[in-house]
Amino acid sequence: MTAVAVPERLDAVFGALADPTRRAILGRLTHGEATVAELAAPFSVSQPAISRHLKVLERAGLISRTRRATARLSHLRAEPLRDATVWLAAYREFWEESYERLDELLEALQEQEAGEPRGRSRR
Amino acid sequence: MSDMQITAEPGVPQVLTERTFDAPRGLVYRAFTEPDLLVQWLGPRKYTMTIDRYDLRAGGTWRYVHADDAGNAFGFHGVFHGDPSPDGMVQTFEFEGAPGHVSMDTVTFEEEVGRTIVRTNSVFQSVEARDAMVSSGMEYGMKEGYERLDDLLGKLIANR
Repeated sequence: MTAVAVPERLDAVFGALADPTRRAILGRLTHGEATVAELAAPFSVSQPAISRHLKVLERAGLISRTRRATARLSHLRAEPLRDATVWLAAYREFWEESYERLDELLEALQEQEAGEPRGRSRR
Repeated sequence: MSDMQITAEPGVPQVLTERTFDAPRGLVYRAFTEPDLLVQWLGPRKYTMTIDRYDLRAGGTWRYVHADDAGNAFGFHGVFHGDPSPDGMVQTFEFEGAPGHVSMDTVTFEEEVGRTIVRTNSVFQSVEARDAMVSSGMEYGMKEGYERLDDLLGKLIANR
């Protein structure tokens, strides 16, 4: 059971993911590290605005930033996103698998019921 | 026979689910309340479910264990509140790995032209408790690892 620290971090993660620009930035970073200028290019917002988004993502632990010469490079970090999916995915998987099994059981029970009168008449 | 809906709103210590089954209500209710049927479906396939006690009445207690081949066992127990019936059943739910963290679960069964809509409503002690129980309490139920990051990002970006 690993989740004691997870809920607090999840607030930051979900807050960070609530913004479409920040989601698009994460999408870009799945292809590899990028500079602020590269990340700002597809958007009609200024580099300082992108920097503010990067700070939010960094606080949520979704990216890390390093410096190379004069450029600051952003890297995607997968761990918090994994927690964010796990939060509901585990619950969903538990119940979906259970309910698929229940579908099969209900089908078997109904076949049994439908088959019973014939079974009795043979006796 | 349909996709399960899950609702877990931020800031509300509650999880709602809804799922329709292609069977009449009486039969679905039996599958939820008869121990020999319940063990055949509740939980992922990799676990063997053993019911210790299942006293289906107001104030009655229940306890079951999910065990896997590797020797891991997860116990759960609770109490029924009010008379369980096809109109609904209310019970507390406590994972024995986190004593004192209790949810109150209500399950209702609504028949609609030979099919049955099962709705669950789980109320937790706090939003934090909900998030912890839903993520960690159910983690043992995961089939295989985690969803791939690319898939998640694909969905997030598609939802823009």
